[in-house]
Amino acid sequence: MAALQVEKLNRTFGALPVTRDVDLTLERGARCALIGPNGAGKTTLVNLITGVLKPHSGRVLLNGEDITASSQADRARRGLARTFQINQLFRGLTVLENLCMTVGERDGHCNNLWRSSGSKREVIDEAIGYLDSLRLTDDALKLVRELPYGRQRLVEIAIALAQKPRVLLLDEPAAGVPSSESHLILDVVAALDPDIAVLIIEHDMDVVFRFAKEITVLVQGAVFTQGTPAEIMSNEQVRAVYLGQEGHRGGHHG
Amino acid sequence: MAASDTIGGTPRQRATDYLLRRHRFRMAEALPWLIAIAVFFIFPTRMTFGSQVLVMVMFALSLDLILGYAGIVTLGHAAFFGVGAYTVGLAAARLDWTEPISGLFAAAIAAGLVGFVTGWFLLRYRGLTLLMLTLATAILLQETGNLRSDISGGYDGLPGLTFKPLLGVFDYDLYGHTNYLYALTVLAIIFFFVRRIVYSPFGQALTGIRENVRRMHAIGSPVHRRLVTVYTIAAAIAGVAGALFTQTNAYVTLTVFDFDNSAKVMVMLILGGTGRLYGAFVGAAVYMVLEDYFSKLSPTFWQFGIGLMLVLAVLFTPRGILGLFERIGDYLAERKRS
Repeated sequence: MAALQVEKLNRTFGALPVTRDVDLTLERGARCALIGPNGAGKTTLVNLITGVLKPHSGRVLLNGEDITASSQADRARRGLARTFQINQLFRGLTVLENLCMTVGERDGHCNNLWRSSGSKREVIDEAIGYLDSLRLTDDALKLVRELPYGRQRLVEIAIALAQKPRVLLLDEPAAGVPSSESHLILDVVAALDPDIAVLIIEHDMDVVFRFAKEITVLVQGAVFTQGTPAEIMSNEQVRAVYLGQEGHRGGHHG
Repeated sequence: MAASDTIGGTPRQRATDYLLRRHRFRMAEALPWLIAIAVFFIFPTRMTFGSQVLVMVMFALSLDLILGYAGIVTLGHAAFFGVGAYTVGLAAARLDWTEPISGLFAAAIAAGLVGFVTGWFLLRYRGLTLLMLTLATAILLQETGNLRSDISGGYDGLPGLTFKPLLGVFDYDLYGHTNYLYALTVLAIIFFFVRRIVYSPFGQALTGIRENVRRMHAIGSPVHRRLVTVYTIAAAIAGVAGALFTQTNAYVTLTVFDFDNSAKVMVMLILGGTGRLYGAFVGAAVYMVLEDYFSKLSPTFWQFGIGLMLVLAVLFTPRGILGLFERIGDYLAERKRS
């Protein structure tokens, strides 16, 4: 059974079709990349899968269960996690609180109004464990907004990991990070638990070809082609529509 | 921030200790309560005014839960204060139910119910839409009272209410000593509950909603349920404040539902500092004492004094009076280190 299955997904914004008959399958432990020119509908697809947007037709299945009608929060509790292209963090809270919050919501501790949040030692220990693995422990008590952007990107990933996801969608994890620091983030991505199915949206072709076992090319909302990195690299049409355009419009990609 | 006072240990230990200790009672927290008790002995003739301050502290505290912690901006919080005030007022005037403490419980339940029902519908919205809808809720309740002035007494209100002695023992005196201690006791109990909630995992989730609601959805938080829960609790507490208002003043009119009342409590809270628990104490006390002082100084122009104070507060203490103290504290700590 596939970890994540997307079937014939369609969505329009007004008259503009942004997602057209998209089929996508992620097996358990998959390492899949989603590429395509700007405006191809990559982030829209992530929003449809995670439930931020509702599709007009088609289905989304998580571990074989139909979650098309489920809320975003419900999907998250079932093991579907994402990172955002632009950081979505609790900026006025400490890094550690960001993580404790995630663990607390995941395990339902946050339904408790009476005991103090510091009284569950194991929650704090687990939260610090994620910080340790991303070498963020030194910043545990800093407010998120005090961190440099690259460090904040790591918090973004740490939160997703703290959800203990079975499927993880990474929307340009290194976006906005200077290239001198981006390898830190990409090392983390490369070292992810092999059981988690990962879908990464990325513009850096080196990263895509190194990380992904499968690549899906999205053009104008539809799946243009799917294949292994070798197949995609040697595909003349992909070069024409995507890689060619990439060079042409390279300045737009951050 | 607050973590800098625990020096020593590995970063890991320090981080753990910070969270393990954060909810503990600090000595400075005794200060407002000591002041409140001292006021009882120093100003024995001003106890009626003192009770009004305590009632507003409680009202502002309930607003802090939803505005300061959950980030819900409302201009209709007087709706719940009014429901509480009228619950005990009507019970006393129409049903002859004059036992004060059961009255508080009835007010909490009535206001909590109104909070639950309106919150369930309104808290799907945010920002300006929510602002307008909460404002409309208070006005609707006020006009309903006006429509049935045969029951509510309309804008003349329900004057001359009498209540049974507290616990059947303590009668009310001319100077309001009993009332002051009564209000202070109820405030302390309510505060204990609010403090537990704020430091609970649920309270943490509220700050998460305030800081980034999109992320809360993404980590699987049932945001709407959390908001309705805290809104109901805040409404019940505002209802208790309203009930105390009626009991200590022995009258109530429909002006409790006024926009003025909603706006004033918000100004008090922002003046004191939001999301800090004690901002409600500082803000309500400073506002009401200055209002009292200015209105005696100049019965015609006193609002100018209040206005000037607010302008100064916005200019120099954007995070409230407590925020200012925090900044001074940080500054001094910084100087000591370097």
